[in-house]
Amino acid sequence: MTNIDVELVDVTKRFGDFEAVKNISLQIQQGEFFSLLGPSGCGKTTNLRMIAGFELPSEGEIYLKGQPVGQLPPFKRNVNTVFQNYALFPHMTIADNVGFGLEMKKLPKAEVKQRVNDTLELVRLPNLGERKPRQLSGGQQQRVALARALVNRPDVLLLDEPLSALDLKLRKAMQLELKELQNKLGITFIFVTHDQEEAMTMSDRIAVMDHGVVLQVGTPTEIYENPATRFVADFIGETNFLPCTVVGCDNGIATVRLGEIAQINAACDAQLPAGQEATVIIRPEKINIHPTRPDDATADTIFAGKVAESVYIGTDTRFAVTLADNATVNVRHQNVSVDDPLTHVRAGDTVYLSWQSAAARVLTA
Amino acid sequence: MTKRQIGFLGILLSPGALWILLFFLIPSLLIVVYSFLDRQTGGGVLWSFSTDAYVKLFTPNPNSPIINDFVIIFLRSFWWALLTTIICLILGYPLAFFIAQQSTAVKSMLIFLVMIPFWTNFLVRTYAWKFILNNNGLLNTLLHGLGLPRIPIINTPTAVLIGLVYGSLPFMVLPLYASIEKFDYTLVEAAQDLGANYFKVFSKIFLPLTMPGVVAGSVLVFIPVVGQYVVPTILGGGKVAMLGNILAQQFGSAMNWPFGSAIAVIFMILLMFGILIYFYFEREEETV
Amino acid sequence: MAVQQQVQRGPAARAQSQTHPPRKAGSRLLTWGNRLLWANMIFSFVFLYLPIVVLVAFSFNDSRLAARWSGFTLKWYGLMFTSEAVLTAFWNSLVVAVVSTVISTILGTMTAIGMERFRFPFRKTYDGILYLPVIVPDIVMGVSLLAFFALALDVINSSFNLTGDSTLRAGLGTVIIAHVAFNISFVAIVVRTSLRDFNKALEEAAMDLGANEWTTFRRVTLPLIMPGILGGALLAFTLSLDDFVITFFTTGPGATTLPIEVFGRIRRAIGPDINAISTVMLVMSIGLVVLSQILQRRSSN
Repeated sequence: MTNIDVELVDVTKRFGDFEAVKNISLQIQQGEFFSLLGPSGCGKTTNLRMIAGFELPSEGEIYLKGQPVGQLPPFKRNVNTVFQNYALFPHMTIADNVGFGLEMKKLPKAEVKQRVNDTLELVRLPNLGERKPRQLSGGQQQRVALARALVNRPDVLLLDEPLSALDLKLRKAMQLELKELQNKLGITFIFVTHDQEEAMTMSDRIAVMDHGVVLQVGTPTEIYENPATRFVADFIGETNFLPCTVVGCDNGIATVRLGEIAQINAACDAQLPAGQEATVIIRPEKINIHPTRPDDATADTIFAGKVAESVYIGTDTRFAVTLADNATVNVRHQNVSVDDPLTHVRAGDTVYLSWQSAAARVLTA
Repeated sequence: MTKRQIGFLGILLSPGALWILLFFLIPSLLIVVYSFLDRQTGGGVLWSFSTDAYVKLFTPNPNSPIINDFVIIFLRSFWWALLTTIICLILGYPLAFFIAQQSTAVKSMLIFLVMIPFWTNFLVRTYAWKFILNNNGLLNTLLHGLGLPRIPIINTPTAVLIGLVYGSLPFMVLPLYASIEKFDYTLVEAAQDLGANYFKVFSKIFLPLTMPGVVAGSVLVFIPVVGQYVVPTILGGGKVAMLGNILAQQFGSAMNWPFGSAIAVIFMILLMFGILIYFYFEREEETV
Repeated sequence: MAVQQQVQRGPAARAQSQTHPPRKAGSRLLTWGNRLLWANMIFSFVFLYLPIVVLVAFSFNDSRLAARWSGFTLKWYGLMFTSEAVLTAFWNSLVVAVVSTVISTILGTMTAIGMERFRFPFRKTYDGILYLPVIVPDIVMGVSLLAFFALALDVINSSFNLTGDSTLRAGLGTVIIAHVAFNISFVAIVVRTSLRDFNKALEEAAMDLGANEWTTFRRVTLPLIMPGILGGALLAFTLSLDDFVITFFTTGPGATTLPIEVFGRIRRAIGPDINAISTVMLVMSIGLVVLSQILQRRSSN
């Protein structure tokens, strides 16, 4: 119990008739980089705002370090937030902004000054203390917002899409920097984002949310490799969805019928009854594509199809292949060899697709 | 600029500029000139240099508590303008805040309700109060009907102040609303997140950032009130005079134009001083 | 992971899915604050509207004694519309307002365009001067115009030997001149705002398509800033119609406007006849606000 920083127990938030967050329970470990990931309106920000204290849960309780805080106002919680658009006070200098939280705690002036300087140095913005926020670039403002929160040494740092206002290059750099900072300080970070790549890059664990519900909690690998639902599979990365009917299921391997084409094996989590309608998912990069029928011993599944479209994008080539029953499958083929015969494949050509049974998964939700 | 553009600009600006020069700047300067001339009995001036007007304005009167009656009226006008501004702020700031919190539809309706008096004839609105506060007005008729004693409120400073606040309130609320409306509420959350309680949030974040509205509203209330003529005449009955009354009196019945001019000049100097302070602070704001 | 969750569900046992009433943080303080805000709002609006409502109500009062209700009547309106003085004053007000609005709208719009679209020496200074008629208290402007017109008319009359009926006197003419003098600034300020919001690329597009400056102005700029110009005109019209102080000092005998007439009556005695005239003026003002709101909404669309 001691290593749990934040716990949400059966938390629900209603705005009038609208349920923004539905009965969520989460546990976030001390020192963890935890992301709330989902499309806009999924409840991730409401969730964060409840932890910060800007919204109070309609039902359930929130614990910080084991203490219930659900009904406390934000200024009585030892958590700090980095806001989406930074929310720097425009009428105060950078130093006053960063020192605001310490000033509220009535710390002696000398100590405030010392800690403000240290923290500005930590975020690599020394000597800018006397400037006003509007004199700083977006990236610098971002760092000030970070410093303003970190200087208070919060138990938990909440970050509400803090990188969304930055351009791509700066965003990438800040992602690494944030992660590095978190490692150094050991503070629990709860990070809200709609950008799956960002979440994958930075997080120890991710909670994928949709329509106010947490669909899956897990490490980036777990979520990518074993998505719990179609939504998760679709939201994280690219996936092919093939409707199927379960024929049988044994020991984590299901046999399913893919329309009229074939019967194949795929991984499954639970025992599935025969006859159930389900979906087979397979990631485009896990499909091998061949110009001629392969003699591939490792492949369990081989299909013939017609190329509908091929797009060369440098690192790899993307094919859309139409199978016998008009289902289209997207394939990513890495451009490894110099004289790849696939570079000559054009729309309308016949190709062959193969994959390992374990690469495909059967989902019912 | 090309020659053609200069010509074009001249055509655009000169008629308006000429009008303002002729019928605003020259009359204003004329008042300065008049204040240094001799009075002509029956109105007008004699074209000979004199400082009589200013001497009269600052000559102590042993019967008067503060220098003389004119200085008292000056002080009273500025003091009442200040009082009016403060009362309007106390009523207007929370009102503007309240309006800014409402949904869009309610907001625009309430602002419309504030704007109606803003556009309505000032004389008529002042008269409405006279109708209520008069000795045989609505208030006293009601009190009498209830068997209560009448309140002699007309022609008192209270009546004048009510009228001044009444006339000025919309001028305070509208600029305040404009700046409160622009306020970014995530800053409140940011401050709370950093440990500021409600009072700190107000004093450290909300008030400083809505200060431009407070300043604009205060200027819009203060300056016209100092020079009020209608309210002290109708609700003060000339018994509690303000600057506007003595100005009108000197150019009217008293027929002392140089003296009236001197009052106007000193009045304008004091106001300009105030405006300079205002612009000084506004520039400070801009560098924020 | 499922096992871990079971073990670590410590605080959860205490929570037991309790229900909280929907309220905001720091409730008691905010509740009181909210009550005060409501009370202040209600007080303010009652304060703003009660006098107006009373005024209108008593314009239908049958009694000559102003504040004692003795039955409904329209006779004060009848009296008003048959009173020579009121009708003349009303007509004069209208003439002054219309003429001064037309002149000040044209001059003000030209000034706005010049100020907003050109950079020239002393632009800042002129900008400041333009604001002066708005800032300077009307009483000061009134007395200085009184002094100015007295001198100017004197000079003109004596240098052109105008005597008897041909003597130039203060009257509606001087009032119109004075109203234009303060209205130019108001119109210029309003029109400048709409010019500032104006997308300059539209003008560039017109010129790119071959329109010269004048055609661009007439076909693109003017139609787009029209709501702003109308808004400025409406403001000028209202200010002119409502003005008492400056008119009071610049008018002459026989040139009475409605506010001057009302002021004279108020000084004599209060009564339902003034309530009736005031009500008509109120209705006119409200009509003008509604019109300005409609214009504003159209310009923001």
